[in-house]
Amino acid sequence: MLAEVPVVLMLVGLAGYTVLAGADFGAGFWMLLPGGGRASATATRDHARHAMGPVWEANHVWLIFVLVVCWTAYPIAFASIMSTLCVPLFIAAVGVILRGASYALRGQLDAATGRRAVERIFALSSIMTPFALGTVVGAIASGRVPVGNARGDLLGSWLNPTSVSIGALAIATSSYLAAVYLAGDARRLGERTLERDFRARALLAGLVAGALAIASLLVVRADAPPLWSALTSGGGLVMVCTSATAGVLTLLLVVRRHFEVARASAGLAVSAIVAGWAFAQYPHFLPGLTIEQAAAERSTLVAVLIGVGAGAFVLVPALVLLFGLFLRGRLDAHEGIGVSAVDVPRASAPSRPARLGPFTIASLLGGSALMIFADSGWAHAVGVASLFAAAASTFVLAADIPGDQADG
Amino acid sequence: MVNTILATVGTAFAPVDQHYLFQARQMQALSLAVHIPLVCFGIAFPAMVLFAEWRYLRTGDPLFRVLARRWSKVMLALFAFGVVTGTILSFELGLLWPGFMATFGNVFGLGFALEGISFFVEAIFIAIYAYGWDRLPPRLHFASGIPVVVAGVAGSLFVISVNGWMNQPTGFALANGVAVEVQPWSALFANRYFWHEFVHMFVAGYIVAGFLLAGAYAWTFLRGRPGRYERTALAIALSAAAVAAPMQIVIGDWAARGVAKAQPVKLAAMEGLARTMGGAPVHLLGWFDGDEVVYGIEIPWLLSLLAFHDATATVQGLDSAPPADRPPVNVVRFAFQAMVGTGTLLALLSAVYLYIRFRHNRLPTSRWFYRAVLAAGPLSVVAMIAGWITTEVGRQPWVVYGVMRTSEAVTGARGIPIGYGSLIVVYLMLAGALAWTLRRLGGAPLDLAAPPAPTTPMPSESHEVSRAR
Repeated sequence: MLAEVPVVLMLVGLAGYTVLAGADFGAGFWMLLPGGGRASATATRDHARHAMGPVWEANHVWLIFVLVVCWTAYPIAFASIMSTLCVPLFIAAVGVILRGASYALRGQLDAATGRRAVERIFALSSIMTPFALGTVVGAIASGRVPVGNARGDLLGSWLNPTSVSIGALAIATSSYLAAVYLAGDARRLGERTLERDFRARALLAGLVAGALAIASLLVVRADAPPLWSALTSGGGLVMVCTSATAGVLTLLLVVRRHFEVARASAGLAVSAIVAGWAFAQYPHFLPGLTIEQAAAERSTLVAVLIGVGAGAFVLVPALVLLFGLFLRGRLDAHEGIGVSAVDVPRASAPSRPARLGPFTIASLLGGSALMIFADSGWAHAVGVASLFAAAASTFVLAADIPGDQADG
Repeated sequence: MVNTILATVGTAFAPVDQHYLFQARQMQALSLAVHIPLVCFGIAFPAMVLFAEWRYLRTGDPLFRVLARRWSKVMLALFAFGVVTGTILSFELGLLWPGFMATFGNVFGLGFALEGISFFVEAIFIAIYAYGWDRLPPRLHFASGIPVVVAGVAGSLFVISVNGWMNQPTGFALANGVAVEVQPWSALFANRYFWHEFVHMFVAGYIVAGFLLAGAYAWTFLRGRPGRYERTALAIALSAAAVAAPMQIVIGDWAARGVAKAQPVKLAAMEGLARTMGGAPVHLLGWFDGDEVVYGIEIPWLLSLLAFHDATATVQGLDSAPPADRPPVNVVRFAFQAMVGTGTLLALLSAVYLYIRFRHNRLPTSRWFYRAVLAAGPLSVVAMIAGWITTEVGRQPWVVYGVMRTSEAVTGARGIPIGYGSLIVVYLMLAGALAWTLRRLGGAPLDLAAPPAPTTPMPSESHEVSRAR
């Protein structure tokens, strides 16, 4: 029972990544294909680019979270997956680098030549990464990753019908999520033309993603019959139906311009696919290796749960705060107004405490002596603390240059 | 049933014949060398940005606000590059070293799980901070930066706890090549080796970030008459580096004694000490010819004195380990000497700065001083990377000291040279993108006039708070 809790955490992380980072990937997709709408290609690209500004790093961390929980709680499964699927995972990692770097760079290239090339790198890596990660999911789901150090086929494990169709599905669902979100963002910003464009794109991408999902199921039926039978019975079937229902519901909501509700239902449609995959594989992690068998010892699992639980205390409110600000437009780049700093008074600089100098020297000498001559852990802890106190007070004394001197 | 699983795993991750082990190590080392300078900014930069904003809140001087705001953009860009280079590292752990992950992921993985959480916190609040200027009330905005400071330090603490464990592995037993009876908390945090490593790196973060940042402003000092903005920025960055660099000598001494205790063979490699002896000397420069240090300057008894505070103490030499268990001496020794030598120069430069700053209550005026600051940025990176080479190459041939060899950890997959080659190309592009981004951020016109000029003095603290809301 305990052995399966970390899998649930990983699935939550995976759903978070698929929905949130997926929408960011999809924004890259629309930057590659900005045409076909009423708004200009440049306006479309800029809208897609600006929309993810404040959140893409946080969205990306979900992936790291899944990786670290996996290698701590299921080290054997993790090592088997990483070594056999090293090619698509390396491609995904390179895609992550290119994507992050080109995004950061693009923000500094307002009118410079080369911005189109950088945008193209961003867009292509936004397609490459979800595709590669999709093939990884396909490889695991179709049982092509044996337990062991690179025991699977280096290419065939991920270049196969199931993997490729799930990779394509990953691109389609990302584009679909992005279009729904970007339509909602455009509405918030009052950009009617962009809203119409992305609404049309959301409908189109939703239909394509639905068609691809059905096609993938048929591919799975031929290529990986055990996965097919698991997806068409029990919990797998429930999740497939949930995804389909939520997908259709989202399309209706988008037609009626209820974008905020559509955000949630589109997310549900995609998360349900992740859950369906989990049901289909249960109780196996890899062929011949159940989740129970793959799990680390109790002490490790408890430690992970304590760590993640304590982290959630900080993380959940922080995420609520971030997305609260973000979705209400408080972090938008366009808005120039807001609470400016007029409330801050110009107070005279506080005079320096006279005893800061002697305190610095005393803690410096005391700290150094403890570090050099003492041998116990506690003495070293006190020594480090005294040294840091000395450093901090010296810094405060040194960093604040006198005004007249600074002016000259 | 558990036993059958353990047996299966023992064979599934049995050592493989990997022709490109050395390339795999280089690939990992390259990725670390690219990421770690960015980590220094994660450790030190948020605190400097917040210091500038705190000065603004205290004095109302708009210059500090402009400074903090411009720095926060640089901080965000560096964080973005840190995110992607850090992602590569977490992938590489599995891609290159599955044997290590399969066997010990359950022992050290907790450190990374906690790091993942602090990374998450950092990503959330850095976004709120960097995008929240003018949109959050000033004090709330300042407060949103505090989790960034804490999470940046906590993240590096958790990662280094794993490195400390790799150097002094405890908290598990081995059965059929699998770690059992795991105690993850004490393995990571009740490990004395970890604490000096972390403090050493924390201080290095301030040295590297401080000197690199100060170097950027020293450039404007050399080109012409720096304005008040540049002088203020330089004073903050340089002061941060200058209080850290001399302190690093004391911390480094502590770290070296920790190595002497826990990893005598690494210490022997650092010093080129072939034979176990009492009253061991230190050699400056020179070359280890396989038997002794030649062409070096010998200082008798110093090694015994430094390592054990006793000039006649016995120091273990390389001969205490069989040849197959010794690290490559000259790499470790050169890296160590480069770190100590460069670090000493940086500490001297810091002493000059602090002397002039406090004796004359001004910034130095000599052009040579600013040339030295300009050089100190790259030199501090050299010293820090050299330090990591000392500890990482000095741990070889082990990935988990004395327990698992690096050759037992490596992947059985083919194609490492292809990955290594493509990664070099990607990193070159990355370096170009980073350089361009920083140039643009640094070259953006100073907007000193635009920020809202603070209004009349408002001495009452409580009134100030209520208005800020």
